[in-house]
Amino acid sequence: MSPETQTAPAVPSESKCATCPVHNASELRRLGVNMDRWDFVVALMGNPNTGKSTVFNALTGLRQHVGNWVGKTVSRAEGGFRLAETNYKLVDLPGTYSLVSSSHHEEVARDFLLFGQPDVTVVVVDATRLERNLILVLQVLEITGRVVVALNLMDEARRHGLEVDARDLTRQLGVPVVPMSARRGEGIRELLQAIDEVAKGRFVPRPRRLDHQDPRLEAALRRILPEIEAAFPHLPNARWVALRLLDGDHSIIRAIEEGSLGDIDRMAAKALPDLRARELTEEN
Amino acid sequence: MTTLDRLSPGQRATITSLAAQGAERRRLMDLGFIPGVEIEVEMGNPLGDPRAFRLLGGVVALRREQAREIGIQVQPEETPTHVA
Repeated sequence: MSPETQTAPAVPSESKCATCPVHNASELRRLGVNMDRWDFVVALMGNPNTGKSTVFNALTGLRQHVGNWVGKTVSRAEGGFRLAETNYKLVDLPGTYSLVSSSHHEEVARDFLLFGQPDVTVVVVDATRLERNLILVLQVLEITGRVVVALNLMDEARRHGLEVDARDLTRQLGVPVVPMSARRGEGIRELLQAIDEVAKGRFVPRPRRLDHQDPRLEAALRRILPEIEAAFPHLPNARWVALRLLDGDHSIIRAIEEGSLGDIDRMAAKALPDLRARELTEEN
Repeated sequence: MTTLDRLSPGQRATITSLAAQGAERRRLMDLGFIPGVEIEVEMGNPLGDPRAFRLLGGVVALRREQAREIGIQVQPEETPTHVA
């Protein structure tokens, strides 16, 4: 993470249109790494090369390294912004094609979603490679519905003569889809608004879940799901875990064998050393 | 019906099946090797292996053993139609 911070332009904190989301979006205060308290945690995900770090920088005012090579965001970077009297902590996760871990990067991203349980997850997708990018979006929607899809690189899509119907996509995915071009600063305001609406429950997501349509799979799920729920009653995503087990996902199998799966405290502490761990200790 | 390792440059095909199992299958699907998806050879290789394939607007390189795991239906060559 870059230690470099940037002083945000001072904005008047009170005004008569302070309740209007459009107005509030223009009152973005980039907090860099200067965060000592936050109201909501926002995770930033996406395939490699979707401009994820550019989005991160646009929101936090940080200058995290932006470059085109694999594994640039080695673990995760954190920063913050303030909007509408609300502090948001933004966690930039490594670029990944999948949540089904076959690499360290995917495990970091997946563990954060599963055990860190961010309030909002922003999935940055490449508008010019939408179909490929939607694989990850659908996987994320299996875990959480509190998602905003940032349809990035719209400028490039336009150059290629591509049009994307974001409104229809919003309807089909059941979560807000925001067309944007982070490097040109387009759509940042709309993205902030969508994050704010999902975080505060003003947008109620209806996440598109794949219908597996296989009675054998559903039968298998009915058999193992209650056992998982009984063994790990606090697991927020038991169905997802059950599907991964049926998939033969070795990291999940290992987590169950070692008994670490239900140990949310421990997993959360691993995924989020400085955040949830503190909250959990305070609650207990 | 054949497998992806036999796809020639210039041909287009549709993926019909995946023989791989477990993590390997999962990985291939994450990269877009899903039944119904169209695929073509992006780049050959003088050594024959690996080769790059274009699918879902991106390019993915596979070794021959991996390509052999992917069932495809080659699409009929597009013959130019002449209008009198």
